[in-house]
Amino acid sequence: MRCAVIVFPGSNCDFDLYKAANYIEGIQAEYVWYTSESLDGFDSVLVPGGFSYGDALRAGALAARAPILKALQRAADAGTRVLGICNGFQILTECGLLPGALHRNSGLRFICKTVNLEVSNTATSFTTGYAGRTSTHVRLAIAHGEGNYTCDSDTLQKLEDNGQIVFRYSGDNPNGSVANIAGITNEAGNVLGMMPHPERAMADWMGSTDGRILFESMRN
Amino acid sequence: MLKGIVTVSLKQDVLDPQGQAVLHSLQTLGFPEAQNVRIGKSIEVWLEESDSQKAESRLKEMCEALLVNSVIEDYSFEIVED
Repeated sequence: MRCAVIVFPGSNCDFDLYKAANYIEGIQAEYVWYTSESLDGFDSVLVPGGFSYGDALRAGALAARAPILKALQRAADAGTRVLGICNGFQILTECGLLPGALHRNSGLRFICKTVNLEVSNTATSFTTGYAGRTSTHVRLAIAHGEGNYTCDSDTLQKLEDNGQIVFRYSGDNPNGSVANIAGITNEAGNVLGMMPHPERAMADWMGSTDGRILFESMRN
Repeated sequence: MLKGIVTVSLKQDVLDPQGQAVLHSLQTLGFPEAQNVRIGKSIEVWLEESDSQKAESRLKEMCEALLVNSVIEDYSFEIVED
């Protein structure tokens, strides 16, 4: 599987994501610069975390209007899988590929810690690997100041009805997000945005392999 | 030259944690009459345009294309001579 990792000015999880994807046998990750206008030939696209454009105006707002985004929209419309993590999730909501918005954490603080999550839909092509486990609870790192997911009540109802809420914070909700949302897909299920960082949980020596399952699911 | 001044505010039903923190500080400082605080932002755009109607319509396009996230924000603007 050929996987693009988009690099924006200010991305800072691009290298981690590139390494994580390449860590999985059967995935070949390559960097694609934000000024590129094509994603042809890629089976999946990864949008990394960081502070693209220094979070100017709103987190993800300027990256969501960068040249590569037209190609990303086309790829997503054609069914290519797109995974946006952290700032990548913010970019996917800003460009309209995912509904809702991410704004300031309710406690105003930047939060960097490992949190408990529930995989609330194990039927998506990103999460099938979590289905066979004894528990659908996972632990992944979060590191964000603007991860407070919000949307109107109609959108929330649609997300619930369609099974688009894929990850929820379990126990404590760290940022005030509506319905404990930590990650959602689009209606078609080929675009996933999530605040937690699966690329930081790839091997036992990293403390957890809970993130690795997501990349393996994408490959399979 | 004309200048557009865009005022962006969070929608009423979106919680404003910054506003809540500032409200708390105001009350602590001895302003109990402060009942609510909402924090927005002001964006000034200088336009090479002399027709204020054209400027208005272009500024509206800019708001919708980039300056405002209509999921969580409302906006208003005015055009002034500069």
